[in-house]
Amino acid sequence: MAYAAGVDVGSTQTKAVVINEDREIVATCLIDTGANVTQAAENAFRQCIETANILEEEVEWVIGTGYGRYKVTFGNAQVTEISCHGRGAAHIFPNTRTVLDMGGQDTKAIRLSANGEIADFCMNDKCAAGTGRFLGASASALDIPLDDLGPTALQSQNPVQISTTCTVFAESEILSWLGKGKKVQDILWGVHESISKRSMGLLRRVGIEEEITFTGGVSRNTAMVKSLEKALGCKLNISDQCHFAGALGAALFALDHIQASRLPQSKVEEATS
Amino acid sequence: MTTTAENDLVGRGNREGASLFREWFSELDQGAKEGQAAAYVFVMGSFNEILKSFDLPVVFPEINSLQTAVRRVAHEYLEEAEDHGYSPDICGYVKADIGTQLRGGEHPMGQIPKPSIAVLTNACNTYLKWAEAWERMYEMPVVTLDIPGNRSANNASAPGSVDFQNDVRYVEAQIRELIAVCEKVTGKKFDIDKLREVMGNVNSLSSSWQKLLDLNKHRPSVFNALTDGTIYLGVANGLRGDARAASYFSDLVEEMEYKVANDIGTMNEEDWRLCFVGVPCYPIFRRFNEMFSEWKGTFVHSTYLWFASGGSNLGYQYDLANPIASLAEGNLISVRDAMDSMFHHDQVVEKMMDGFGIDGIVYHPIKSCRTVSTGLADGRRALAERTGIPSLFIESDMMDQRVVSEAQMKNRADAFFEGLIARRNQQLISQ
Repeated sequence: MAYAAGVDVGSTQTKAVVINEDREIVATCLIDTGANVTQAAENAFRQCIETANILEEEVEWVIGTGYGRYKVTFGNAQVTEISCHGRGAAHIFPNTRTVLDMGGQDTKAIRLSANGEIADFCMNDKCAAGTGRFLGASASALDIPLDDLGPTALQSQNPVQISTTCTVFAESEILSWLGKGKKVQDILWGVHESISKRSMGLLRRVGIEEEITFTGGVSRNTAMVKSLEKALGCKLNISDQCHFAGALGAALFALDHIQASRLPQSKVEEATS
Repeated sequence: MTTTAENDLVGRGNREGASLFREWFSELDQGAKEGQAAAYVFVMGSFNEILKSFDLPVVFPEINSLQTAVRRVAHEYLEEAEDHGYSPDICGYVKADIGTQLRGGEHPMGQIPKPSIAVLTNACNTYLKWAEAWERMYEMPVVTLDIPGNRSANNASAPGSVDFQNDVRYVEAQIRELIAVCEKVTGKKFDIDKLREVMGNVNSLSSSWQKLLDLNKHRPSVFNALTDGTIYLGVANGLRGDARAASYFSDLVEEMEYKVANDIGTMNEEDWRLCFVGVPCYPIFRRFNEMFSEWKGTFVHSTYLWFASGGSNLGYQYDLANPIASLAEGNLISVRDAMDSMFHHDQVVEKMMDGFGIDGIVYHPIKSCRTVSTGLADGRRALAERTGIPSLFIESDMMDQRVVSEAQMKNRADAFFEGLIARRNQQLISQ
């Protein structure tokens, strides 16, 4: 049995996925990226093969993705996270036509064609507004652990409107709401709504088509899911695997390569001539 | 094996284009040091024909500004203008020029002369305010020619119609006003035969320019519309109406015909033929192109070679027997076409794709210029719906390095090619 791996080196976290020839996930790993990107990629990959209980040699092809993809020095090739998230989302939810990936410093809207190819994509530009970083800044301003953001925001009864889209200015706006005596949960729901509005802009630019799959680290945030579903007027596809969609997509591309390399040369020439 | 003739011919256009460009700036430098008069003009409706008939050297502040970006000193000029009170959010061309003026014309290409007159059209709304800044700085005449645009989308007054004739007469009257101002500025009498000579040179340039664009339909493409094309544009604007430009473009066509006949492309392997929409990313000019050439993609066409070519893309031929009316008609058509290239770009791009075998379109909206960037996203969507052509949308700037994020741009370019490859593979499989 051969295995394929994908390593998604994001700005905040590094994800690794190993799949078998039946396209089943055999192991995943998630660690903080930190300052040493190459080390993070290697650690994630090694932990993954340990969990899978396989030898490194059994992993025939590794693809790096994410901003640190060129730092996956042990990888065999690189594919952008845009292609990988599209591929991963379509694998987890085959009827996916639109993908929203929300990571640490990137939010991507991706439209897929019926056969799962990237038809169009759009990303936030040169600014972390509307990304996970915005939530991170809010958590820090309110002194709340990141994992508690969603559950706390869902308790909101009387939400405030966060007008700034700037991650840096968000902190001062949050502090000013606190100064006015607003409840933490109401401010937090406002933060989620603000991000949701930014994401809707990106989604509209590529064209929203159901089903919509939500990927990336922020897809685990229940308040973000609720806010987006409210804005979209429909349910989002979510699963535990969505956080790993980029690494999974990379692993699927790696498996494509392994399988294509086994084809007789005449078949390859026929397909490409 | 290459022959001596091929070695001489292939690449000649770039060598001589760069040399002519430097020659033009050297003449401006000389003129500035001698305190000669100069005319400030813009790429969309320069009226070089009239100015050159008065022997007025022409300065294109847009070109001066982009040169500061290409030479990686734009930030110094932009910051100088911003320190002077110009907002970070306005056109980078304007600010780099203001920086140049504040430095007394000091520029990496040489000394830039002060304006004795500025001539502009309404093709760009910023032109109007930009010229007002010079007017206040130098108290010189500014002549604004109001070129009637389309009454509504896709509704230009057609040649032969009453509206069209009225529009031509309206422009002609303004040209006569321009002539009177030029007589006053230079102290010279208008010479219609000199105008005919200049216009004859423009006729030759326009005819060659149109042939040149058409020759790039060849596979492999014979020039890169983004990188090589920008060299050609420099000569086409700065030396418009000059016999040197007429001769240069005739030679350039000869070079490209040779390349077509011998299948000599700009790349060893040309996998993807692309069309560029917008203004180039001058702060990382070469690197921007590499993001595409690394994937064996080349720009075979560009809207820039239309709207910034002074109307040469239309190949319009002036009637030298009736020069002023013909100049009015030519500029009415060409400036209107330049405006359409910006405002109705989806229709223009659809026309441009004809015969060029375009695999994808690269849209480059820029923060500096809302005029060329507004509506690009909508136009792109409309074109995609009509033609299904894949496209990439990457935003940066033509001047300001602070809003150019190379890593993000490369990421998008890579994803675009991954999509093109997947699409091509899918087509192969379905065959």
